[in-house]
Amino acid sequence: MSALLDVEDLAVRFRSDSGEVTALEGVSFSVAAGETLAIVGESSSGKSVSALAIMRLLPPAPACRVTGRIRFQGRDGPISLLDLPERAMVAVRGGEIAMIFQEPMTSLNPVHMIGRQIAEAVLAHEGGGKTAALRRAIELLDLVGIPDAARRAESYPHQLSGGMRQRAMIAMALASRPKLLIADEPTTALDVTVQAQILDLLRRLQAETGLAIIFITHNLGVVAEIADRTLVMYSGQVVEEAPTASLLAAPLMPYTRGLLNSVPRLEAALRPGQRLPAIAGNVPDPRHRPAACTFQPRCDWAQPDICGVTRPGMERVAEAHLVRCARWREIAV
Amino acid sequence: MTVTVTAPLLDVQDLAKHFPVGSPLSGKRGIVRGVDGVSFTIGRGEVLGLVGESGSGKTTVGRTVLRLQDPTAGAIRFRGQDITHLSRRALRPVRQHMQLVFQDPYASLNPRMSVESILSAPLIIHGEKMARGERRARVEEALQLVGLFPAAADRYPHEFSGGQRQRIGIARALMLRPELLVADEAVSALDVSVQAQVINLLMDLREQLQLSMLFIAHDLAVVGAISDRVAVMYLGRIVEVAPTAALFTGPRHPYTEALFSAAPDTDPARRPQRIVLKGDLPSPLSPPSGCAFRMRCPYAVSACADDQPALRVAGPGHFKACIRDDLTLSAPLKVR
Ligand SMILES: Nc1ncnc2c1ncn2[C@@H]1O[C@H](COP(=O)(O)OP(=O)(O)OP(=O)(O)O)[C@@H](O)[C@H]1O
Ligand SMILES: Nc1ncnc2c1ncn2[C@@H]1O[C@H](COP(=O)(O)OP(=O)(O)OP(=O)(O)O)[C@@H](O)[C@H]1O
Ligand code: SF4
Ligand SMILES: [Mg+2]
Ligand SMILES: [Mg+2]
Repeated sequence: MSALLDVEDLAVRFRSDSGEVTALEGVSFSVAAGETLAIVGESSSGKSVSALAIMRLLPPAPACRVTGRIRFQGRDGPISLLDLPERAMVAVRGGEIAMIFQEPMTSLNPVHMIGRQIAEAVLAHEGGGKTAALRRAIELLDLVGIPDAARRAESYPHQLSGGMRQRAMIAMALASRPKLLIADEPTTALDVTVQAQILDLLRRLQAETGLAIIFITHNLGVVAEIADRTLVMYSGQVVEEAPTASLLAAPLMPYTRGLLNSVPRLEAALRPGQRLPAIAGNVPDPRHRPAACTFQPRCDWAQPDICGVTRPGMERVAEAHLVRCARWREIAV
Repeated sequence: MTVTVTAPLLDVQDLAKHFPVGSPLSGKRGIVRGVDGVSFTIGRGEVLGLVGESGSGKTTVGRTVLRLQDPTAGAIRFRGQDITHLSRRALRPVRQHMQLVFQDPYASLNPRMSVESILSAPLIIHGEKMARGERRARVEEALQLVGLFPAAADRYPHEFSGGQRQRIGIARALMLRPELLVADEAVSALDVSVQAQVINLLMDLREQLQLSMLFIAHDLAVVGAISDRVAVMYLGRIVEVAPTAALFTGPRHPYTEALFSAAPDTDPARRPQRIVLKGDLPSPLSPPSGCAFRMRCPYAVSACADDQPALRVAGPGHFKACIRDDLTLSAPLKVR
């Protein structure tokens, strides 16, 4: 089975007055049609930057340099996204690949009614008349669960609650009937009942249209519910990749284990004042990353003579399970 | 002024916030009842959690309580003082005791200011006189409190990830050492390990500084971990409020039951029988008669359409706005 999207050895470097930051290094993964890949990981590990690199939405050089290969199976054959002229990329962005952002306000225009904004996205993709586009926009708003869609279409973004803005943005992303949807924290701002509805909605769209989804989230409960495979990122690198069920049941990389251990449990409600389990310490400053394993300063398993010497590579543990840790064999037992 | 120990730090009575909406094009106009008839108190050092469907009015409650928005009706007392109608000027000395951590870390940090300037601004605005070096020390201390490296002070917001920006927002809110913190989805954008650190940090601050909090979040486990009591909102109103353990072991409002059942879980075996709510949150432009939840409530009877159910006692410190007292609702946790 060939992949819909294939990312190979992706690296992203930012330059600023205070020096160069390597936001991503050696990131490789693929997504098949109809598949949902989750990307989880520590804040600032590079999840959003990975998504923006695929969308070619990072600042231009010299402020930002992107290297590696990103191949996408377009409707008219395979394309190499990093080599595409900007004009062709605009078409890909508004069409076959759509993205929804962590922050709805960054992609909704504050001075236009949301119905009109979605209608414009519909028009750009399907053509047709304004009235038909607006009708489709209302349909899309209704599809994502906005009550009283016809009337709400006349709201401006600031008049909607955070959750409703997020749903409006999902509606806008779906306007171009994409093959790949990149969703960066799409449910982070939503309450659990709406979140459950959105997850249902995405699963339904996927079943009906074969949509592939890259789902970036912090919420491992959401990952468990929606993702076929999961990628764990730490400090600019992928540190573990596995089918979601195996990752949750038998995580190997100590960071992944710490992450799972920190998931807040409902039981905490019965233990007032008790501190939650957390990974001690902080992500390293990207300008001063440890030369070997980047997780070493926080890792319970770390052995300086092994983990402090060379940067571990990705090793294959099982068919689809990869891990970046010098001691995974010992951890596995 | 001395405040008696028994007086709550914050006392909100019958709060309402309505928004006129409509577009001049279509001529359709109306009033969004964002918040209606909301009453609650927060004691010193107490954390009140606020959960509820998106659009139910949580942010509006938080912002109105802080007088960032003017209430349509009701009364807000803070530190024994009625602040409902205080002028902007009169509010100023009150403001430093109450701080908001925003839901949206992107919109709330000025991109042209360095982190040091962002964090020093509250000190300067509230006229705390201190030498530059001392101010820098306070900034670095706040950064360390929220788990950022001290050199972050010299960078600009765009150089940080979403989660890091949220920590900057929390650090800013803590600069003036406030008594009341309104945390609006303050940890929602954080990955779980940082989230746990920040929650532990808030617990520490609450113990050390007697910090009170209105903690708004949609992650029930997070709310449960930090809150003494939890209030559940639906369409602008509080439909249930109870001590945390009581709510998690015995919800008494059908909406609360549905909310708990929707919580995602990493362990499929622990995932409760999901109640998928039919339909949508009704439009706050034209709320239904009677109980606002009745169209989606699996237990609704015809009497539910008659009157808006008032909050009634359901147990010690436990109130619910549902007319049916005969229900046994499923709870996510068992009494120990
Ligand atoms: N425009 C930029 N200029 C400089 N550095 C940047 C820029 N955008 C991102 N970075 C840096 O790149 C790294 C990765 O950031 P990214 O936004 O991808 O994190 P993330 O994994 O999405 O985190 P979060 O979960 O907090 O959203 C961070 O160190 C961040 O500070
Ligand atoms: N400035 C405004 N003008 C018109 N309506 C508004 C305005 N601000 C809020 N509302 C409406 O008031 C209601 C409550 O919104 P609020 O943002 O308080 O909800 P919330 O519970 O915080 O939701 P979320 O969980 O999505 O953040 C919503 O129907 C919203 O659309
Ligand atoms: S009052 Fe009636 S409709 Fe409302 S929640 Fe209770 S049972 Fe359901
Ligand atoms: Mg991000
Ligand atoms: Mg809100």
